[in-house]
Amino acid sequence: MRRRLTLQKMLVIDPEKCTGCRLCETACSIHNEKTCEPERARIHITKWENEGIYIPIVCQQCDIPICETVCPMHAVKRDPETHAVIIDSELCVGCRLCVQFCPFGGVGVDDKTKRIIKCDLCNGEPVCVEFCQPEALQYINATTLNMRKRRAAAEKFSEHLKKMLRANY
Amino acid sequence: MVIKMVWNREILYINLSTGKISSRTVPKIIRTRYLGGRGVNMYMLFNHLTPKTDPLSPDNVLLVGAGLLAGIPCLGSGRCDIGAKSPLTGAVGDSNIGGFFAPELRFAGFDHIVITGKTSKPVYLLIKNRDIQIKDASHIWGQDTFETQKIIRQDEDDENIKSLVIGAAGENLVKFANVRTGMKNSAGRTGMGCVMGSKNLKAIAVRGTTTLEFTHPDELLEYCKQMNTMITSTRWAKAQSRWGTMIIYSNTNTTGLIRTKNFQLNQLEEGQDLEPENIDKYSIGTSGCYGCAVHCRHRYVLKEGPYAPLYGEGPEYTSLGAFGTMVNCNKMETILVANHLVNKYGVDTLETGGLIAWAMELYEKGIINDKATDGLKLEWGNEEAVYEMIRKITYREGFGNILADGFKAAITKIGSESKYYAIQIKGMSNLHSDERPTPSFALGIATSTRGADHLRSRPAIDMYGLPEELLEEVYGGHVASDYNSYDGKDRMVWWQELLYAVTDSIGVCKFQTVFCAVHAPQWKEFSNLINLTTGLNFSKNQLMEIGERIYTIERLFNSREGFSRKDDNLPERYFKEPTTLGLSAARNKKISMEKFNKMLDGYYKLHSWDSNGVPTRESLKKLDLDHEPSNLV
Ligand code: SF4
Ligand code: SF4
Repeated sequence: MRRRLTLQKMLVIDPEKCTGCRLCETACSIHNEKTCEPERARIHITKWENEGIYIPIVCQQCDIPICETVCPMHAVKRDPETHAVIIDSELCVGCRLCVQFCPFGGVGVDDKTKRIIKCDLCNGEPVCVEFCQPEALQYINATTLNMRKRRAAAEKFSEHLKKMLRANY
Repeated sequence: MVIKMVWNREILYINLSTGKISSRTVPKIIRTRYLGGRGVNMYMLFNHLTPKTDPLSPDNVLLVGAGLLAGIPCLGSGRCDIGAKSPLTGAVGDSNIGGFFAPELRFAGFDHIVITGKTSKPVYLLIKNRDIQIKDASHIWGQDTFETQKIIRQDEDDENIKSLVIGAAGENLVKFANVRTGMKNSAGRTGMGCVMGSKNLKAIAVRGTTTLEFTHPDELLEYCKQMNTMITSTRWAKAQSRWGTMIIYSNTNTTGLIRTKNFQLNQLEEGQDLEPENIDKYSIGTSGCYGCAVHCRHRYVLKEGPYAPLYGEGPEYTSLGAFGTMVNCNKMETILVANHLVNKYGVDTLETGGLIAWAMELYEKGIINDKATDGLKLEWGNEEAVYEMIRKITYREGFGNILADGFKAAITKIGSESKYYAIQIKGMSNLHSDERPTPSFALGIATSTRGADHLRSRPAIDMYGLPEELLEEVYGGHVASDYNSYDGKDRMVWWQELLYAVTDSIGVCKFQTVFCAVHAPQWKEFSNLINLTTGLNFSKNQLMEIGERIYTIERLFNSREGFSRKDDNLPERYFKEPTTLGLSAARNKKISMEKFNKMLDGYYKLHSWDSNGVPTRESLKKLDLDHEPSNLV
């Protein structure tokens, strides 16, 4: 896979802003499956309800994708336009190594079709972002400044996880 | 899985006495006449009960209904309607709850649950798609509403299970116990948790993974996006997103529209700490219901003090009144603690606060004394007494046991002298709003089918100072823009009642309708959403007719139970005591009996009911209600 050097857009998550409304999941499932089944969405909101912690889980379209590294069939590719990490269903044999190894829970298995599913950034117009009112999900240019934002968001993300593990206000 | 399309969802019948479980699809005729949610529930309430059924007997029916649009990505489509005959009022029991339960129920293939009978031991209902079990609940009986949900999730090893639960108040048959889901959402009014408790039913847990198909998915997605933008661009929704319903306090307290010290004042002096900004130091962010872009509640953490550590959600404007103005407490922290307590115990915030405020006034007037209150100093602003009363009501201890049966029974026990001070209608407490300056609101609480209640109509548009031409366009007739005026307010209440009957039946959030702005979603948008979701076509007039049918069948239920014009009344004080504080539009105002009665006449006419408030034969015929009970489902 050749790395692109031009300006790319990226999906940035800020869990602190997430209100847990599941609009993103619902819109994602309607967009991709034409049915309302949040279960089959490419994004999921993981909640620790009694502590008030909500974390959107979605593929990070990594620069060095682990899913690609572990895929024995070389089915993981990058979309040259959107920079999204895509799984070629023709090549995929469904071994689920990518599901197992992705540290972000970015790849999933569709229970109904048994296919591997993951976020493809909706051809550069992510529907989840359009539905996320509090801007917990943003699709922004990968400038240095934004990279810093993303880093800050990732830090908050891990803070959140730590808080959740302590989860005892 | 056969069930796919939205309107193919089923009704699940559970008889807890016999253990019999059955189901059937919602017939199309029921859909086209009542839509779903509240509409279908109210049809079933009228049909399943015989007159004078004891609300706490196994014969009462507990109805759970997802709205017709539950699951769509806009307007807070997670709403669920819970109905039964109310043990608090003896009239229609009905309460609407947000959160995530309704869509999950729908994902399991069901839109409605009809529960009759009673078990001998505590149980909970577990629905996993078609797998339905009545399970032993002895290990969760006694647990609070938060823990109960957590334990069920842990027992089933599934974080995505959504439950409707009761707390200690429901178990102890407190007449205004509520049904709860998540950390915040409550079906608070009319004592639905008491009915659930009377059936020994601790929880209804659901998990669904079936396919929910919409008629026009792509167009629906696009339209939902527009709806979200439409609502979030209103000033109201923006304020709600930031502060929640607490934002109303800033306005009503400054104006003088908020009852204080039960009903003695209409403004809380030194009430700055209750201003919504003060939630910020406790807030870790906001939270939304399913499909909601407004996210109107805070997630708050109390780190210090005797009640810390504590995590809670809210508080609503309602709790600011219940545990703030009405009992004359003026600290945000009191609200946060009390809000947490009522949520934990599963008891209606508004009814609880209303009763405690009433008791405080009785205590002040010497109608009750220390002996009656078990030594508790029920003095204005005594927050410890408020917390203690919440607990005593929940566990039916001493004086709490008297209040736990609600206003009607408590008045009988305490004595007729206490009645004058009770701010209740049909046996249910009013909100902490003071309607003496606003005749539209006053008519709305008087006529509401479920007792004193602002949410059946909430005719608030005349508060926005809009031009009368615009009001005429919305309401289809003259409505005075001056909120002190009585002119056209009958029309306003009637129209709003129809709109909200439909809103509760399609299962979207009232905050995302004309509740917040005159150009926010209403008939046209509802009609489009229903079409894109289900393929069913309704014109504005047809939807209004459905609203009229739903409201009329509720009225029929109440008539059958003996309610009539005499019950569509305001507490005496509204006519006798003028307001004393606030801006000039709110000061020195009381309701004129004569004008109120004229408004009531006009209101009955608009509904086509007779002058006693009973639906006429012709009106029933027009609404296809002349053969009820028709027992279709
Ligand atoms: S749409 Fe945004 S706020 Fe709502 S759940 Fe998704 S990430 Fe959170
Ligand atoms: S699926 Fe996981 S590893 Fe692969 S690109 Fe996405 S986040 Fe990275």
